[in-house]
Amino acid sequence: MNKISIIIQREYLSKVKKKSFLVMTLIAPVLMAALIIAPVLLTNYNDQEEKKIAVFDNSGSFKETIKNSDRFKFEFIKNDEIKSYKENLSKLPFDILLQIPKNPENKQIVMFSEKQPSVNVKLYISSVLEKELNSRRLKALGISDQMLGEATKSISLKTVKITETGKEETGSSELSLAVGFVLAIIIYMFIFIYGAQVMRSVIEEKTSRIVEIIVSSVKPFELMSGKIIGIALVALTQFALWGILTGIIIGIFFVGFDFDPASAMQTGQTSEIMLEQGFHGNTLVNSPAGDMLQAVFNMNWLSLIGSFIFFFIFGYLLYASLFASIGSAVDNETDSQQFTLPVTIPLILAFVAAQTIVEQPDGQIAFWFSIIPFTSPIIMPVRVALEAVSVWEMILSGILLIFAVIGTIGLAGKIYRTGILMYGKKVNYKEILKWVRIKG
Amino acid sequence: MTLLEAVDIHKNFDNHKALSGVSIKLNEGEVFGLLGPNGAGKTTLIRIITGITKPDEGKILFSGKEFKQDYIKKIGYLPEERGLYKKMKVGEQSIYFARLKGMSKNDAKIKLKYWFDKFDILMWWDKKVEELSKGMQQKVQFITTVLHEPEILIFDEPFSGFDPVNQNLIKKEILELKNKGASIIFSTHNMASVEQICDRAALINKSEKILDGTISEIKKQYKTEIYEIVFEGNFNKFGASLNAYYDILEITSKLGKTYVKVRLKNGAISSRLITDMLKYGKIISFNELIPSMDDIFIKLVENKPERATNE
Repeated sequence: MNKISIIIQREYLSKVKKKSFLVMTLIAPVLMAALIIAPVLLTNYNDQEEKKIAVFDNSGSFKETIKNSDRFKFEFIKNDEIKSYKENLSKLPFDILLQIPKNPENKQIVMFSEKQPSVNVKLYISSVLEKELNSRRLKALGISDQMLGEATKSISLKTVKITETGKEETGSSELSLAVGFVLAIIIYMFIFIYGAQVMRSVIEEKTSRIVEIIVSSVKPFELMSGKIIGIALVALTQFALWGILTGIIIGIFFVGFDFDPASAMQTGQTSEIMLEQGFHGNTLVNSPAGDMLQAVFNMNWLSLIGSFIFFFIFGYLLYASLFASIGSAVDNETDSQQFTLPVTIPLILAFVAAQTIVEQPDGQIAFWFSIIPFTSPIIMPVRVALEAVSVWEMILSGILLIFAVIGTIGLAGKIYRTGILMYGKKVNYKEILKWVRIKG
Repeated sequence: MTLLEAVDIHKNFDNHKALSGVSIKLNEGEVFGLLGPNGAGKTTLIRIITGITKPDEGKILFSGKEFKQDYIKKIGYLPEERGLYKKMKVGEQSIYFARLKGMSKNDAKIKLKYWFDKFDILMWWDKKVEELSKGMQQKVQFITTVLHEPEILIFDEPFSGFDPVNQNLIKKEILELKNKGASIIFSTHNMASVEQICDRAALINKSEKILDGTISEIKKQYKTEIYEIVFEGNFNKFGASLNAYYDILEITSKLGKTYVKVRLKNGAISSRLITDMLKYGKIISFNELIPSMDDIFIKLVENKPERATNE
């Protein structure tokens, strides 16, 4: 046991001291924080830039309906001046010229500007025009604005869960879905990245012929386990640092800039969605921020984090031991491909399946994928997040995974033991099977 | 006293025999040479002795007791295929290997400094291995092998990769370790070093042991009964009279001296040859041509038909 801890120490320190580790650990949180902060910033700052629009209304029917907003100032100009406006646009205080033809129903409305207008601007203007045109069409059919309002009033659906004790809890299926999916991505990525690192590390020791020096002091199995555990600790360290650093960066940003993220997102998103809704002014969004916060608190974090850690660790052990045995069997990384493919297939399959499973978390596919050990590390946390799994399923899946890990490590240990001392031989599956059968 | 014994070791890899019924003994305080051509099974035998691979049949005894994992501590093994972590610092790495052998960090440090100083590589302590020349890396590997002062040392091709100066250094160190009481198994192709260092030797060829004994025993066994003589006098007369006991293989004459090679036959002995020759002239020098280990090695190995082996 003591020797394993020495190996773990070396493996851990040599990986953590690497420059690439430092770079990844610092860059990733910056990127993640940027991903979270950028949309908030964009929706907020974009809105403040004012646009002046000169309208040449040939149809003469938009004067009433097109109104100034905070951001868009419209000015109606005499129709025949369009030519001189077009020629002198750069000198005029307008950003955009809007030419509405006499009969906008069958002729194109044209927007002139110096620069390509942003999508938001285009969306806003077209929605304003569309709204007017639509209401005109409806009026022609005999439907008044009021009737329309009554007919298209949208509802806001609030999801309330009743817990086993009969308490009512506000939940958010969007939130669960997002959390579940993020967990699946994290587990998938970490197994892939760190599994491959285990393999590379084994190949390094094999090709540089260090391995024989080491196995003259420790058992090959001890070396393999030490390596797998050491790299797992590196993964957990990186993961923890990412979490903490991302939190700090976002925290500093919002506190430092006196920014209220909830309201910013709320207003930003609401106005955006209102625009897209087009002609009827009703909005879909109206789960107030309070409800969302409530949902965050009501998620079953304890079982979620518990199952995440369990499936993360055992999923990693399962795949890392396979990667280690592949590394031991080959002489260089290029040769490893024929063996890594079958190992990664269930992993990729699970990840692809996760995308349908978030929609149907209690279906047949979801059930089997969360029970079978090679896919359960990715799928089970998703189902737990969506609260679509019963306790017996979790226990069964957990036990199966533990057995699979024990079996796989045993198998991998046998392949590893023979493989690391085997040089210059092109290995195939038949050969590896023979190694497994070697006794002792 | 026998310290280590491999008894009737058999080992097969899927389509070839690596070892069939090989037994060797290592006595306390001796240097034992394990000889044989490439692919003969030497490395496999060493791996079995060090517990890295298990034999199909046979057993390894330490002072008469069967092999246990604990014995690993008592062995220092320098493999033929050896390497170091390129990105790790020399000192750090040496401490790592020492700790894997069960030494404490401090102990390892003190002893390492002593050896590094002795080998004149102390200034490389904080350098990365990739900055070292191959010879220096070999020195580091040698040090990590002997550092924990094991009772048994096993060197597989210790001279490969060393220049002649460093070969001598290693040779000297091996003998010094022997004087300090270590028992050494030593596998090599370098026959000259076998004669200099080894007390006993075994030759393995094509998975079988074909020769075993002390160096002088082996040489006696393969002596050719050929003598090289420088003679002054009437050699032709001598040659004609006594060809029933001696074959004359070579004669050259230079400045009145005759240089001859003579092989004894029909049970003749060398003292008889001398008295016979003295009747016809004067003997200036008289030497027995003793076969070198090299000659014996080549003779024995080439006698058997070649068979494809791979490890």
